[in-house]
Amino acid sequence: MVEFLDLINVGLFAAALRMATPLAFGSLGGIFSERAGVINIGLEGMMLTGAFAGVAASYFSGSPWFGVLVAVLVGGLLGLLHALITVKFVGDQVVSGTGINIFALGFTAYMSQVIWGSRGASESVQGLPVVPIPLVKDIPIIGEILGAHTPLVYLMPIVAVLSYIVLFKTPIGLRIRAVGEHPAAADTAGINVFKTKYLCVVVSGMLAGLGGAFLSLGHLNLFAWGMTGGRGFIAIAAMILGKWKPFGALGASVLFGFADAFQMRLQALGLLPSQIILTIPYILTVAVLAGVVRRAIPPSNYKPYVKE
Amino acid sequence: MTSAVEMKGITKSFPSVVANDKIDFVLEKGEVHGLLGENGAGKTVLMSILYGLYRPDEGQIFVNGSEVEIDCPSTAIKLGIGMVHQHFMVVPSLTVVENIILGREPIKYKLLLDMNKTLSDVKDFCERYKLEVDLKAPIHTLPVGVQQRVEILKALYRGADILILDEPTSVLTPQEAEELFKAIRVLKEQGKTVIFISHKLREVLAICDRITVLRRGKVVGTVKANETDLSELAVMMVGRKVVFTCRKKQVETKEVVLKVENLKAIDDRGLPALKGVTFEVRSFEILGIAGVEGNGQTELVETIAGLRKAAEGKIILESIDITRAPPGKRIELGISHVPEDRHKRGLILDFSVMENLILGSHNKPPFTIGRIRLNFEAASHHARRLIKDFFIKTPDTDTSVRHLSGGTQQRVIVAREFSRKPKVIIASQPTRGLDVGATEYVRQKLVEMRDQGCAVLLISADLDEIWALSDRIAVMYEGEIVAIRDPEKTSEQEIGLLMAGGKHD
Amino acid sequence: MTEKLSRLSLETRELFRRFLAELKLALRRILPQIIAILIAFLAGAIMLLVTGYSPLEAYGALVIGAFGDVNGIGQTFTQATPIIFTALAFIFAFKCGLFNIGAEGQLLVGGFVAALVGISFDGMPTFIHVPMALLAGAVGGGLWGFIPAILKAKLGAHEVITTMMLSYVALYVTGYMVNYPFKAPGWVAQTVQIAPSAELPRILPPTQLSASIIIAVILVGLVHYTLQKMSFGYEVRAIGLNPAAAESGGISIKRGIILALVISGTIAGLGGAGEVLGVHLRFIENFSPGYGWDGLAVALVGGLNPGGALLAAVLFGALRSGGMGMSRATGVPLDIVTILQALVILFVAAPMVIRYILKKGGFKWLSS
Repeated sequence: MVEFLDLINVGLFAAALRMATPLAFGSLGGIFSERAGVINIGLEGMMLTGAFAGVAASYFSGSPWFGVLVAVLVGGLLGLLHALITVKFVGDQVVSGTGINIFALGFTAYMSQVIWGSRGASESVQGLPVVPIPLVKDIPIIGEILGAHTPLVYLMPIVAVLSYIVLFKTPIGLRIRAVGEHPAAADTAGINVFKTKYLCVVVSGMLAGLGGAFLSLGHLNLFAWGMTGGRGFIAIAAMILGKWKPFGALGASVLFGFADAFQMRLQALGLLPSQIILTIPYILTVAVLAGVVRRAIPPSNYKPYVKE
Repeated sequence: MTSAVEMKGITKSFPSVVANDKIDFVLEKGEVHGLLGENGAGKTVLMSILYGLYRPDEGQIFVNGSEVEIDCPSTAIKLGIGMVHQHFMVVPSLTVVENIILGREPIKYKLLLDMNKTLSDVKDFCERYKLEVDLKAPIHTLPVGVQQRVEILKALYRGADILILDEPTSVLTPQEAEELFKAIRVLKEQGKTVIFISHKLREVLAICDRITVLRRGKVVGTVKANETDLSELAVMMVGRKVVFTCRKKQVETKEVVLKVENLKAIDDRGLPALKGVTFEVRSFEILGIAGVEGNGQTELVETIAGLRKAAEGKIILESIDITRAPPGKRIELGISHVPEDRHKRGLILDFSVMENLILGSHNKPPFTIGRIRLNFEAASHHARRLIKDFFIKTPDTDTSVRHLSGGTQQRVIVAREFSRKPKVIIASQPTRGLDVGATEYVRQKLVEMRDQGCAVLLISADLDEIWALSDRIAVMYEGEIVAIRDPEKTSEQEIGLLMAGGKHD
Repeated sequence: MTEKLSRLSLETRELFRRFLAELKLALRRILPQIIAILIAFLAGAIMLLVTGYSPLEAYGALVIGAFGDVNGIGQTFTQATPIIFTALAFIFAFKCGLFNIGAEGQLLVGGFVAALVGISFDGMPTFIHVPMALLAGAVGGGLWGFIPAILKAKLGAHEVITTMMLSYVALYVTGYMVNYPFKAPGWVAQTVQIAPSAELPRILPPTQLSASIIIAVILVGLVHYTLQKMSFGYEVRAIGLNPAAAESGGISIKRGIILALVISGTIAGLGGAGEVLGVHLRFIENFSPGYGWDGLAVALVGGLNPGGALLAAVLFGALRSGGMGMSRATGVPLDIVTILQALVILFVAAPMVIRYILKKGGFKWLSS
């Protein structure tokens, strides 16, 4: 017989934070890109490739931190590709993002096969260590939720705060918002619209890569085919739910992370067939979009900026 | 004495037109210099070159005696040149002060915005140039006249000594325009130089020291304002004598065709745009609605055409209540609409001339067979006839409308809307951005439709146009019709006052 | 006499000139796609080299696998068939300005519903059973397209995310169905076989090529006809190009969006039905190796028009069937095919890239 406390307990909330992490990084990255006026549907692919690159780098170097670094760089590279296609070559933003997603699926599976001889999963690698925070972890309940995670989880709120400061308290953030909302006005004010867009899209790729690194290195310590499972898209939904603001996206990510953790728990307890449970995060995303979008107006103008 | 700016032999071409043709232009320090010409004469292009938005194909630019190459706005800004565009370059959600400092933000701790220094700096500017603005307000909440002040402050903040104002009064009431002129005089006192681009003769004569007239990309001449008059300028601008009032024959109006009762609607931001509009239009009449843009005209047109929901009130077409009818139904019942933005609402740019000409009737016979299949023969025949009747300059019916000139595009819209023999025509800014020939054509066609019995609702920001064409003039201010007048029994002054909210019926 | 001759030669020269102009125009239109494909293969070759495989060997095995014998050809067209459906689905929605990237899910739902109808109603005459099952599949896909449609029309929910999410939901729900309630005895997660009266005839024994491809080709013509010759198609295209102007012209945007997405889902659902009724004869979990994504790529490579999509689908079908052969013969991972597809999409997404490359390469006359 399944007890209520088997389902809802402290472990669940701790898991929620863990599951929120890739979503948070993804959605924060998405905010940068979209605030600069570029839709980035390719977050999923950037996350997946980051997850792969992190594991591969950890495999060859033995250091998971090196893996994280490589994941971020690789994510940034894919971001650069997206920026090139959409900004320099005025390509369709959604098509480019979708192409990157498909590329990521094929590329990661291919390279998996090449390196480990299996396109389904890699070997186990050295993952990120769990670092308990000395005093916090001893606080009852809260300590168990917050106190003992891999460092990337602690990084999550820090990145959110940094994002907020950059976007709303620095000159570069002001310029980013201007470029996204009214590129012509930014241009006549002497701002380099193209450079700003490039920068933001690359940053979004880097953050997505970081999220992917967490999925593989901070969680399962291996790479599995398609392991992002749509989280890049859920991150986009979190961004929309958070109204393109860093703290909103963070909160939304925690919500979706909770749904993810809850779903995993249900599966582990065998309460319902796994397939039905697996649909929960996706249905929730659709429900959120359906309920929220009425009131959510994107801050940016996504028309590609073409100089006369 | 070296001039502030000298432009020699400037030539700039675009795919279909030579915008500037070997233009020589001299700007003296401390003067207010008017750049006068019709729409399309090349004034904005010339000044955009000076501001670094375009590169000239030929020619040289000298600033304070030294030759310079202005490759982008930052260079122009460094040279002390600032520009206030006709369509404001403000970022709507940012505050006034954020817009002003954009691109030149004061920093503290090497990374963060220093808002305190910013506020005090900008306040200094406001005081020096007597320009009052609420610095912390988000720009989109401010009236247009105030937004313009922000644009001027922006240029001054960047150290502009030379200010280019592009059609600054096109969005202002006569009273706001007066405020602007006062500001220009203060700028002159403070030693600034101003270039005033406009097509409005009276204003240019009133505020400028010298005036350069452009026509079709060439300089016609430069005169001192106190040595010329309206008719001389008009001749220079247009190349022929211009009649300032338009004669149209008086017609007897018949019954009421369109009735609008207490119409209320909200705009895209959720604020009330129409606050209870009531009027009627009769057959054989043109009712002109005058008013500065942004007082609800756009929303009024959209609500009557069925493109915006009416929150309250009624719209009645010949005793049929169409308040809830969808646009398609209204077209069927006899409403035609010439929209104010022809690229957004009027045409599907990537459709052919023929496809655009059947828009609105594309799902009915004779253009469909049994309402399902398109009848290309009938459509083609129809298109050819309209091309002939309305003098639409196009190589073929299959040509994509994107490749036509602005005037020709407007003819396509006019042909489509008028050939339906409608009961009501709503014409919203119908001659905006058109050259003289196209403008005359459209106005003539409107009068023709009126003479055939149509009820015409004309909305225009061009007061001259309203005067020339209207049988009755209504004035719209802040979402209400504040007055309806007989043009014979009123004056420009009274209308101007009403447009600014001065009086009320 | 000489007058007549000279006039004749003038006419011939005029005709020849017009022919060359048309050829140049056609070439210009498909050149970007062809170059995209070539560059993609080039990039793929580099990737193969770097990871220790021989591109020549791999590509060679690819071609042989796809067209080398009857089995290969049959497999090529069999693989192409569902891709034609998903490509048409994407194209139809795209013409209305919508991004339906959930064709995969709509295909699965359609296939499953068709399987259900195929399994039940044993003993019906074929000429009733088959159309009924196909219809059921189409309706299933249409319903799966209706959900994002209504969400977009009424609430403005962006269809890119909703269709994507529903794809996952479809994957898991059909997976559940075929693992529990409708599972056939045995190890494999699949339904029982459909009744013989519900089978689509095979048209190229001994291969798996079924009459589904005939339906696909007919659909190509139907989609083209609808978009270009029907009043409804005019409205769809108008909404896709300029919704504001379309609205001014009396077209109902909401109705158009809903119909477009529903039809899009219907087409994909029909494709799924075709697979179940013609190829697999049952619903097998994960029977689609990503046909939905292939459809997207094919639609783009085909220049977003039905005829082009048909050709591109054959190309991609060849890639898949050849890929299987290549994998067996050379050991190159099958995923290189996915990578090639992605590269094609990326290059096609940015037509300016192609123009840029052409200009640099001196082919200016082709690049304008």
